[in-house]
Amino acid sequence: MRFSLMILGAPYSSQSVATALRFTQAAIDAGHSFHRVFFYHDGVNSGNALITPPQDENNIPQQWQSLADKHGIDLVVCIASALKRGVLDKKEAERYEQTNHNLNNGFTISGLGQLVDASIESDRLITFGP
Amino acid sequence: MTSKRILLICRKAPYGNALARETAEIALAAGAFDQELAIAFIGDGVWQLLDQQDSADIQQKNHQKLLSAFELYGISESYAESAALAERNIDHSRLSLAAKPVNQQQLADLFEQADILLTV
Repeated sequence: MRFSLMILGAPYSSQSVATALRFTQAAIDAGHSFHRVFFYHDGVNSGNALITPPQDENNIPQQWQSLADKHGIDLVVCIASALKRGVLDKKEAERYEQTNHNLNNGFTISGLGQLVDASIESDRLITFGP
Repeated sequence: MTSKRILLICRKAPYGNALARETAEIALAAGAFDQELAIAFIGDGVWQLLDQQDSADIQQKNHQKLLSAFELYGISESYAESAALAERNIDHSRLSLAAKPVNQQQLADLFEQADILLTV
């Protein structure tokens, strides 16, 4: 089965993000595939490159990057949710005349159309969080 | 683009959290992409449907106003969980959106008929 996920929870606040990561790994181990992970609402914070977890905690952004990299999963951060929560890529930072940008490698910023597309292209769309 | 029947399930109250608003924005996006979309308001989500919302005092955008854009985006199919309305003592005449009341069995049928369930 082909899955997509919508993540609503913020990393390090909501257990849902860690659960989503474990679900993804378990489903891949069971032979399923993933089309896209769409980060929405507070979930967009997973795309923040400045996240600096203590050493005895999981590095959530890194876990997403490594899963996505290994299994060709598209990591998309919703633009409307991201901008107002201060997660910007270089292009958006320039557009809004901000001096810094902080979207992590492996994530892209795009619109809700990507969530609609994910629901069309996948057999199941599973929500995690908030 | 192939078309699928999407059922958007709204479980959140309209204020206190941005989720209800962000869910409505998903609905509008799906409408703009010409997808077959139905919306089910269940649990606390039925509060979103109340008429005469006034959010001025809490300095938030009016949620009812956002829902009123649904028709403009071709979203006409919406349902409200009867039990949730009854539990909250909300009479159907107080709803702003023409949401059809459905019982648990009808809700289960709606879940069954949809290709994709999108839950918030």
